[in-house]
Amino acid sequence: MDYSISKEYVLLRKTVREFAEKEIAPVVEDMDREGKFPHENIKKMAKLGFMGLPISKKYGGSGTGMLGYCIAAEEIGKVCSSHGTILGAHTSLCCMPIEMFGTEEQKQKYLIPLAKGEKIGAFALTEPNAGSDAAAIETTAVRDGDHYILSGTKIWITNGDIADVVIVLTVTDKALGARGGVTAFIVEKGTPGFSVGTLEDKMGIRGSSTAELIFEDCNVPKENVLGDVGAGFIVFMKGLDCGRLALAAGCVGGAQACLDASIKFATTRVQFGKPIWENQAIQWMIADMATEIYAARQMVYHAVWLKENDQRFTKESAMCKLFASEVLGRVIDTAVQIHGGMGYMKKFPIERMYRDARVARIYEGTSEVQRLVIANMIRREVL
Amino acid sequence: MKFIVCIKQVPDTTNVKIDKRTGRLIREGIPSIINPEDKNALEVALRLKEEFGGEVIVISMGPPQADEALREAIAIGADRAILLTDRAFAGADTMATAYSLGSAIKKIGKYDLVLCGRQAIDGDTAQVGPQLAEFLSIPQITYVLEVNIEDNKIIAIQELEDKRVKWEADLPALLTVTAEANKPRYPSAYGIMSAYKEKEVEIWKMKDLDVDEKRIGMDGSPTSVKRIFSPEPKGKGEIIKDEPKKAAEILFNRLRAKNIL
Repeated sequence: MDYSISKEYVLLRKTVREFAEKEIAPVVEDMDREGKFPHENIKKMAKLGFMGLPISKKYGGSGTGMLGYCIAAEEIGKVCSSHGTILGAHTSLCCMPIEMFGTEEQKQKYLIPLAKGEKIGAFALTEPNAGSDAAAIETTAVRDGDHYILSGTKIWITNGDIADVVIVLTVTDKALGARGGVTAFIVEKGTPGFSVGTLEDKMGIRGSSTAELIFEDCNVPKENVLGDVGAGFIVFMKGLDCGRLALAAGCVGGAQACLDASIKFATTRVQFGKPIWENQAIQWMIADMATEIYAARQMVYHAVWLKENDQRFTKESAMCKLFASEVLGRVIDTAVQIHGGMGYMKKFPIERMYRDARVARIYEGTSEVQRLVIANMIRREVL
Repeated sequence: MKFIVCIKQVPDTTNVKIDKRTGRLIREGIPSIINPEDKNALEVALRLKEEFGGEVIVISMGPPQADEALREAIAIGADRAILLTDRAFAGADTMATAYSLGSAIKKIGKYDLVLCGRQAIDGDTAQVGPQLAEFLSIPQITYVLEVNIEDNKIIAIQELEDKRVKWEADLPALLTVTAEANKPRYPSAYGIMSAYKEKEVEIWKMKDLDVDEKRIGMDGSPTSVKRIFSPEPKGKGEIIKDEPKKAAEILFNRLRAKNIL
């Protein structure tokens, strides 16, 4: 059993870490306070090939596979969940589905500029009456000659307002529902009938944008169907398999950052004449945090290994997302406790990390939805 | 144009700890990095290449693991990498190093510019660049802050402690570049993958070079280390926390008491 990581990935980790510390860390506080999208950094990331990490070089990507992508997600997750969220929605939910399901023409036209980071991608599933229940979507696509006419509203779409390319899930046959009635479309910014509605103000990940997308008789050519007509659910499920894994890697990074900050604080904060680290209560907290992070990290890289070796990883990816996001939740809560008043003040990054972490248990499927996915997969294995 | 950049793999001294008992550096677990100012030199070369076209060749002398430093340089943007590695080169001081690198550069053939970092963070000598220029019999400009090439001449601003000097030299020439010259670019993700999966680091042994064996490695090194010690740490500084006027007065009186003023 070989757990070693080859040298190119060691260098990639070192590079992303340095980038995150030198380019991302200095802007995080402002970005969070103002809710500003980090355009400059996304441009820098594009130049370094970070916006197309797992995409093959043939289509403008960096060819790092899922391993390189998750290493980068972990390192960025240590410093800023907003950057991680922007990267994740773009890469896992837009670039990767086009690489998996796109036609050669779609890859040439959309994937290459997306993977190079010249364009930004998004994925639109959620609606006012559908999210966890993906089959309940109401946005329709009706065939009209060479086109489809899209009508409906999507909400809470990460990168929604800045995206040049959006994958939109629609109903093409209500009677068939999720199995054959849902179709994915590639929709370009500027398509008549496609507009951006409300921008959300959020508790955390405030550097990422979250938008409402409105489709009013939006004409999309039939060449823009992604995957087969009626097979939108598969596009969405396969994209989420990758998305959840990268998201879990980001949670591992975030939790590691909480642990590192807590160790530093506990060993330097003196109360009752000694560093608070000397109290067994603190040591136990640190030991539990470190142990849970260790477990989450092993899970993530094992699931990455499954994917890299072309094995099914839907269940494992959901397990990683469930576990890593809940570990992050526990770890950041403990980190606030260790920091005491200092952890509650906006002056210190722990407070932001606490707000940023909360969404990890909600987006790309809530913890409860992950459990549903896991249970369904187990039932299939057993029965 | 052909640009040759000399790089050295060094321990990341920002993370080095000293063994309090023996006074020696604790090297275990310390990552190796490209000497920081060598990255500034590489950045100068890459920018000149972007402007004038040509090829950037990185060269290093060191143990086989210096391969990592050269691959990182490829990932950053170098076109070709050469590693001089042979037991015969081991134990070289700056003179033997400059002689060996110089022999390798002669083997490369025609070139326009050799670039080195000002100095390495492990030895801090700043000698290899100047010595190399002497071995190659080419002009050298040290402590370079800014560079331009005009009419086949190099024009460089040299940063000295108290002034900046503008120099001009014929090509080929050698520059040593300071940390302030630029902000080195990061390796790209696709560059990293390519450096390990598509590109090769050329390995040159002693026999590949036209060298006098007595002038390389330990035998070719007139420098000998007499003693290694860590200097006594200075005592803790004192901060005089008072109003500026009062603080200045206290400081003045203290300095006078010690006959400094």
